Amino acid sequence: QFGAEFRRFSLDRYKPGKFEDFYKLILHIHHIANLEVMIGYADVHGDLLPINNDDNFFKAVSSAHPLLRVFIQRQDEVDYSNFGTNTLSRKKKALVALRNDNLRRRPHINISMPHDFRPVSSIIDVDILPETHRRVRLYRHGCEKPLGFYIRDGTSVRVTPHGLEKVPGIFISRMVPGGLAESTGLLAVNDEVLEVNGIEVAGKTLDQVTDMMIANSHNLIITVKPANQRNNIIRSSRMSGSSGQSTDSTASHHSLPTPHVLQNFHPDEMESDEEADIVIEGGLEPQHIPKLHSLTSSSLSRINGSSLSHRLQRDLVLNNSSGRESNGNIHKLLSSLKTDPRHSLVIPRGGIEEDGTVITL
Amino acid sequence: MRRFLRPGHDPVRERLKRDLFQFNKTVEHGFPHQPSALGYSPFLRLMAIGTRSGAIKLYGAPGVEFMGLHEENNTVMQIHFIPDQCQLVTLLDDNSLHLWSLKQHGGTSELLEEHRFTLKGPPGSPPSATQVTAVLPHSSREVLYLGTESGNIFVVELPSFRVLEDRTITPEAVLQRIPEDNCNRRSCELVESLREHPKNPDQILIGYSRGLIVLWDLQNNKATHHFLGSQQLENLYWQRDGSKFISCHYDGSYTQWPVSSDNRQPEPLENTVPYGPFPCKAISKIYWQTTKNGLPYIIFQGGMPRASYGDRHSISVIHGSQQTAFDFTSRVIDFFIIFSSDPAAEFDDPSALVVLAEEELVVIDLKSAGWPAVHPPYLASLHCSAITCSHHVSNIPLKLWERIISAGSKQNIHYSSMPWPIDGGTNIAPDPPQRDLLLTGHEDGTVRFWDASGVCLHLLYKLSTVRVFLTDADPNDNMNTLGEDEWPPLRKVGTFDPYSDDPRLGIQKIYLCKYSGYLAVAGTAGQVLVMELNDEDAEHVVDHAEADLLQDQEGYRWKGHEKLKTRDGPVQFEAGFQPFVLVQCQPPAVVTSLALHSEWKLVAFGTSHGFGLFDHQQKRLVFVKCTLHPSDQLALEGPLSRVKSLKKSLRQSFRRIRRSRVSSRKRRGGSGNASEVQEANAKFDQDALQEMELAPVQRKIEARSAEDSFTGFVRTLYFADTFLRDSSRHCPSLWAGTNGGTVYAFCLRVPPAERRMDEPVRAEQAKEIQLMHRAPVVGILVLDGRSTPLPEPLEVAHDLSKSPDMQGSHQLLVVSEEQFKVFTLPKVSSKLKLKLTALEGCRVRKVTVANFGSCKTDDYSENDLAVLTNLGDIQIISLPFLKLQIRYPCIRKEDVSGIASCVFTKYGQGFYLISPSEFERFSLSTKWLVEPRCIVDVPEVTSNNHVHKSGTENAARKSSPGDCGEDERKSGRLMEHALLNDEKVLKEIQSTLEGGR
Repeated sequence: QFGAEFRRFSLDRYKPGKFEDFYKLILHIHHIANLEVMIGYADVHGDLLPINNDDNFFKAVSSAHPLLRVFIQRQDEVDYSNFGTNTLSRKKKALVALRNDNLRRRPHINISMPHDFRPVSSIIDVDILPETHRRVRLYRHGCEKPLGFYIRDGTSVRVTPHGLEKVPGIFISRMVPGGLAESTGLLAVNDEVLEVNGIEVAGKTLDQVTDMMIANSHNLIITVKPANQRNNIIRSSRMSGSSGQSTDSTASHHSLPTPHVLQNFHPDEMESDEEADIVIEGGLEPQHIPKLHSLTSSSLSRINGSSLSHRLQRDLVLNNSSGRESNGNIHKLLSSLKTDPRHSLVIPRGGIEEDGTVITL
Repeated sequence: MRRFLRPGHDPVRERLKRDLFQFNKTVEHGFPHQPSALGYSPFLRLMAIGTRSGAIKLYGAPGVEFMGLHEENNTVMQIHFIPDQCQLVTLLDDNSLHLWSLKQHGGTSELLEEHRFTLKGPPGSPPSATQVTAVLPHSSREVLYLGTESGNIFVVELPSFRVLEDRTITPEAVLQRIPEDNCNRRSCELVESLREHPKNPDQILIGYSRGLIVLWDLQNNKATHHFLGSQQLENLYWQRDGSKFISCHYDGSYTQWPVSSDNRQPEPLENTVPYGPFPCKAISKIYWQTTKNGLPYIIFQGGMPRASYGDRHSISVIHGSQQTAFDFTSRVIDFFIIFSSDPAAEFDDPSALVVLAEEELVVIDLKSAGWPAVHPPYLASLHCSAITCSHHVSNIPLKLWERIISAGSKQNIHYSSMPWPIDGGTNIAPDPPQRDLLLTGHEDGTVRFWDASGVCLHLLYKLSTVRVFLTDADPNDNMNTLGEDEWPPLRKVGTFDPYSDDPRLGIQKIYLCKYSGYLAVAGTAGQVLVMELNDEDAEHVVDHAEADLLQDQEGYRWKGHEKLKTRDGPVQFEAGFQPFVLVQCQPPAVVTSLALHSEWKLVAFGTSHGFGLFDHQQKRLVFVKCTLHPSDQLALEGPLSRVKSLKKSLRQSFRRIRRSRVSSRKRRGGSGNASEVQEANAKFDQDALQEMELAPVQRKIEARSAEDSFTGFVRTLYFADTFLRDSSRHCPSLWAGTNGGTVYAFCLRVPPAERRMDEPVRAEQAKEIQLMHRAPVVGILVLDGRSTPLPEPLEVAHDLSKSPDMQGSHQLLVVSEEQFKVFTLPKVSSKLKLKLTALEGCRVRKVTVANFGSCKTDDYSENDLAVLTNLGDIQIISLPFLKLQIRYPCIRKEDVSGIASCVFTKYGQGFYLISPSEFERFSLSTKWLVEPRCIVDVPEVTSNNHVHKSGTENAARKSSPGDCGEDERKSGRLMEHALLNDEKVLKEIQSTLEGGR
């Protein structure tokens, strides 16, 4: 039973030492020496990755910039399957699933943890979208998996000032088994596609939407209205009153002319995400001119992340100051962070220093 | 964020855009699709054609054109001009009547619909009671007589369309005067023909379907004469003096009847079956024209012997001992005779026979010996062989223009020299600012050169590439080899011939250099011909080379068609463009791109396998490059049409079955093999079933990969003199773009002119760019130091363009179906891009650089990209900053063939097919606008003078310039809309286009 606590300590970046020592240190700092815990960290992509041996500990420390965010969970609450292919943002789904139906928890499979991870998908812009919608980003850099889904025409029901109205819509019709879309678990058959990379699909034909998706296939961001609304993030009613928050978090974007701009989706990021064209001079061996992708994207997401980290701090502080000693775990904490950024600043900005890529929401 | 921040509305630029860009559909060129009715006004000297989609088009002197569209989009059944008026009445197949007027407005005439009317019978009467079968506009111009199926003749007042019930001529009234033993009520069913007495407007001749003919006195409301025909009546015609009339019948006979005051029930003077004695088809229309020498012209439609010539579409002309049955290539819709309209003249003195057939207009000169055809200045049958590609060349130098015209005139010697007889109205449009050529490639291996400078698309010259090859068809199987004693004396007329002897001959790409007169033409079986304009006939050997585009690739098998066999030895060519080099690609796949550099004397060509460069000066292949991906099996196996794409929707597949049935039915006339047809149909059904199982319509979302099919398909080739290797030296270069998003650049070394024949042209690959989005590359362009596109070859040498700026750095613009991308040169790095598909979901289908001049000042013009997307929108995108300037919806996105056929001009105009036989012309420019501006003078409407006016008024036509009507343009759009709404039309267009592949 952990409360959400926040501690800051320093390590020698270049001589991090052994995992054993670090583990003990953690337990010591947190005064939880008698518990089995799982330690995780947020990597440059905002993914939650485990720390359980010397190698990944070293990796974690060396890739931290400048802070390493470490998450500690009770061993028996860790859902191992969430590591690996899933990102932090994926967590909240798992969380919901856990909440809804504890019996369906998958048995632990203790396999050795892979060393390095790449995001394949993420849910973004949760804070600005209606809770019935989901914005999913599929990463396809270098990935050999096919994107793998089909779309079709259909009709959707919209609420208009004149009552319900049937309108044409675009829906996911089929998943290719083993494809990227299927493996993320974020898209499902009969989900209605609302936007493709920030462009509304309303009024566009199936062929147009197909072309838009293929043209964006290297970095596809689709906003869907999931057919199964039960898996949506449930924002606790406690927080729902403070909807004014979103204006705060999006204030910097208010000058945008288009109302449907992706909030956390920086256009420059899109540019850098695109793999550059290959130019072969003189018919020799290919020379890859492209900029290093991961480098640029991480630097950009750091910029993005900074505002988030402020929010994160605020919420952490809030949770602490409210003195709620619930048995909430890190999942719950994170989910509340993501879904309910609120602006009741107890501690002024910068009260707790934190920087670096935290979470890509 | 930059992307989303729209550049603020710059008012200066916005104003400039208004001065530069403007979208108009200006005129339809070619032959109306599915004509259904014909009318002619001898008074206005205007001809009207109605179509099955409800359009009416009026034509007069060249350049005088009007168009109208019935809102109902119903078939136009009949067109009748009101005598001595600028008005006409149309009857549609929904039994509605429409009154149209030519009105002057702002200095030009416009065709406007004034009234519409549907005849209503008494309540409870059957629809046939009011079904109009014959229309007679009376010369009093006040009433219209409407014959109906019920035998009633209704009288309606003009222009109000008020029914004058007391004047209705009922069968009962007619029968009162006729002895009952000859006739009964049934004799008066269905009015077949109504004719006004040529001299006495108070008498009209009524012909009933069953053969009874009655002369009716309008004053006394009684029948004065009746004529008992034994055969079913088809039509009637008065002789000029009103002493006789002629009737034609269903059994192929015609009968002359005398009209005299003493005999109220005359016997026929003469009853003839011209093509008897065996059973003949009906004569559906007949003219009897008197001449000074006493021998009449008898001109009639049909009447052929049923058994042996029943399938012919003929019109016979008999003049004394001369008799010819003109045999048309398609069904005859209607015809008329142009004769002396002066009522004072004693004789008809016919001058021309004008025949509207389903696929073409044929005019026969009856004045000249041998009755030759007249070359029409408009209404050209663009589709006499299906159009497979088109190419537009603006601003042709006068010298080349004259040479082409002279070559063409040698081909047209069999035409009559008669001036165009339909010459009403006055063309007041300014002379076209420049000479423009539109070249169309056809399925039968011909290239047609059209004068596209003005409103009338006029055939200048026809080039055939067939002679170079050995084909199954014997070019000498002439239709005009009929002997003297042949009966009936059939004579083929017209040019419509949609059936290609060998589809491999089809023309796919055309490139004409207007400065040098070099022409490159490439076809379906990988053939590339380079030609030169020669003013004389010549006989010479065509140099022949083969380009093996697969090179060292092993193990591939081409399952497509074989290459064309060439003729050995010298070939006789007529004056005009004469081929001197033939390059045949191996495998003989369809040529997908072509470029000619007349200054370097090089021709580049590409197929789905690769591309090659040929030196046509030294007649040597410089190099070939295989672009094939090893896994791309489909490209190797055969022509594109064979590949079944899963993307094809259900609708398309259904369309295909139906089309295949239509086409097999169409060919039935030929040596159709029934079992073959059945087999083909069965196969198509099977295919359709297979595709049906894929329903519902869904689209796969998948990133393109290098393994996709047809990545090697060469989409574009481009020659440029630019900085390819380093920034200090520029050199000739060849650029090629593929379907898989690859751009190849070759550095060329062309020897200087004095050693051009001594040293070989060398090429070396300098660059290869793989666009990561892998979309097909549809355009490559190099911009000079001033960001101006490089000029065409020889353009600078002819002082028609500033020489390109070689000081500043050049830029490369690569247009893919999805993106526009500017790269720096010589080091290729991305500088700027516009991601069209990612933003709008549309793809680039056609792109051209167009020069736009300001309508306000003469000294400003700029180059922009004119882009047609797969949605049928036209966008103008600025150079070099790739900013979208303006967007216009142009073609319906379902109209795939319209989009595929679109061609832009260099000055912001364009053409696309709205039917297999019609080009719509549009303009994006405020400055270059070619549209009809014409005037038809309305004569003074004098009281009730019903005597035909003398022709002198005709001559007194004035014209005053002014603005052209907006309405006409609007109706143009409506017209197109109507055509495209017609499923059949769409199918036919598609079949023509696809059939060519």
